[in-house]
Amino acid sequence: MKEVKIVTKDLTLHYGQKMALNSINIQIPEKEVTAFIGPSGCGKSTFLRSLNRMNDLIPSVHIKGEILIDGLNIYEKKIDVVNLRKKIGMVFQKSNPFAKSIFENIAYGPRINGINDKKKLTEIVETSLKNAAIWDEVKDRLPDSALGLSGGQQQRLCIARTLAVQPEIILMDEPASALDPISTGKIEELIFELKKNYTIVIVTHNMQQAARVSDHTAFFYLGELIEYGKTRKIFTSPDIKQTEEYITGRFG
Amino acid sequence: MNSDYKKTAYTFTAESLRKKFRFSEYFAEKLITSVAFLSIAIIILIFFFVFRESLPAFKSVSKTKAQTTEAAVNKPESYGGNEAAAEQKPETYNGAEPSAAPQKPETYTGADSETTANKPESYGVVKDSALSEKEVNPDGNLVSSESSGGEGSLSSLFSNEWYPVSENPRYGLIPLFVGTLKVTLIAMLFAAPVAILAALFSSAFAPAWLREWIKPAIELLAGFPSVVIGFFALMVMATFLQNVFGYETRLNSFVGGIAMALAAIPVIFTITEDALTAVPATYSEASLALGATKWQTAVFVTLPAATPGIFAAVLLGVGRVFGETMIALMATGNAALSSLNPFESVRTLAATIGAEMAEVVFGDMHYGVLFLIGSILFIFNFTLNALAEFYVKVRLVRKIQGRGA
Repeated sequence: MKEVKIVTKDLTLHYGQKMALNSINIQIPEKEVTAFIGPSGCGKSTFLRSLNRMNDLIPSVHIKGEILIDGLNIYEKKIDVVNLRKKIGMVFQKSNPFAKSIFENIAYGPRINGINDKKKLTEIVETSLKNAAIWDEVKDRLPDSALGLSGGQQQRLCIARTLAVQPEIILMDEPASALDPISTGKIEELIFELKKNYTIVIVTHNMQQAARVSDHTAFFYLGELIEYGKTRKIFTSPDIKQTEEYITGRFG
Repeated sequence: MNSDYKKTAYTFTAESLRKKFRFSEYFAEKLITSVAFLSIAIIILIFFFVFRESLPAFKSVSKTKAQTTEAAVNKPESYGGNEAAAEQKPETYNGAEPSAAPQKPETYTGADSETTANKPESYGVVKDSALSEKEVNPDGNLVSSESSGGEGSLSSLFSNEWYPVSENPRYGLIPLFVGTLKVTLIAMLFAAPVAILAALFSSAFAPAWLREWIKPAIELLAGFPSVVIGFFALMVMATFLQNVFGYETRLNSFVGGIAMALAAIPVIFTITEDALTAVPATYSEASLALGATKWQTAVFVTLPAATPGIFAAVLLGVGRVFGETMIALMATGNAALSSLNPFESVRTLAATIGAEMAEVVFGDMHYGVLFLIGSILFIFNFTLNALAEFYVKVRLVRKIQGRGA
């Protein structure tokens, strides 16, 4: 295992009275892909969203425990959420490009960070699109609306948009669930490329996808972390029976 | 075998599947259709009749020319005559009522009758000579010699003077237009930013419990009677604003504009708020996940995405102000001046109808012009609404299909 990037200690999360996560302890390594699997409603997306404090937007959420990134507790009072989210990018289940041009979609992040130099922006846009493996498809239509792209292209654009802010960690919430197999394949290739430079955490319903792209897999069930380990191990000889049953499709 | 087969009862028979006439359904369908057509027809007819009433304004020029000159000559006299007749009345009234003090009223009315009897006469004489000789008006009117006659009445629609009850009536709509546009502009300059920012606050920043209060409260304000707003503007706001800004005319387009902004704000707020909340949460989530602040998200993502809706909201606000009568009547001073100074009195189109409708002669030119104003208001608001609708649709379609930015 490489160096550990994210550590959670007894992370417990409530939506109002309802417990969504029950004392999660996990260590996510740097510059590798960690996949969260589990049936719907098991808390894996909630957990993902607490890693960049997106759950703060929901007033009823209460969090106990710690999430340490590089040893720093991100739920400490003096942490600035805005700057935290700049370092932890997020890609959503449904591709959500802004109703702006392709260029402006990518340039938005740098712009709000105070970069207004046109030349520099152009540079960032180009590198981000190249890193997201969509440059060749869109380089001639940068001024066109991003909503004119296909679903798969939109999702890669969203990844490019995330890359433009130069995060260290990228969270992906079922990034390929709404895409066709070919687009999914492209996204998976992209994830494979990105893990050279970024720590990636991905939530997926697709077991094959988890097996294909991830180095580590965590199995969640009913708000608890049931099993966590190397992907190969989880998928071939899991220690816990529940994991095996889920992976082989006997429940879930 | 064959005969056995025949014996089984077929369920798909021409008998069982024959077309049935369902009377109640037929009736309901026709009823709904006819009511729908009727309502559409009524809307069209309303406009048709309003416009038809404005036809006297366009009546054959030659005919009105003779008539109006005649009328113009006659009018002052008859006007004076009326006055004299009116003078008679108070006398009898006085005579009947206060028997104890007959001295005073008599002297009073006597003096009054003398002065008033003199005035119209001299007035009439001046007018008479001016009209009969067809010279340039001696009272220094700006009207050209051509437009001093009846013919000028129609062409005077584009003149700069609104003197509908003068001896030489002029129906220049320009000052009314200028006034209306001025008031609308002032009202929008106040209402649009306030309403849009309020909607932005309510949709993006306000905590949930506060939003649940703000929105219904402001929507209730939309039903606030404009006469109350007008009264408030007339009595309180006008004085206050005059004290603050120190302008000369107490009632002016500035006061009227602000009062109308009060009426327009709820309209703009409600629709803008709807447009803003209709922006998918995924947009703002994406922006926040990129490390944007709430403020940046609201201004650079949510607001632009809701532009078509906000545009429609502002247009509806303009429509509300444009057609607003009571506030205009009470707070704008009602002087048909076509200046660009916001601190001068104005007379809006709607207020003109409201103020003059009751005193106009049926079928008169003036009557026709008022209805013409009505038609203009109708067309304007119709166009505005159509524009808003059209714009929103085109923009939305373009956004969804992804053409243009």
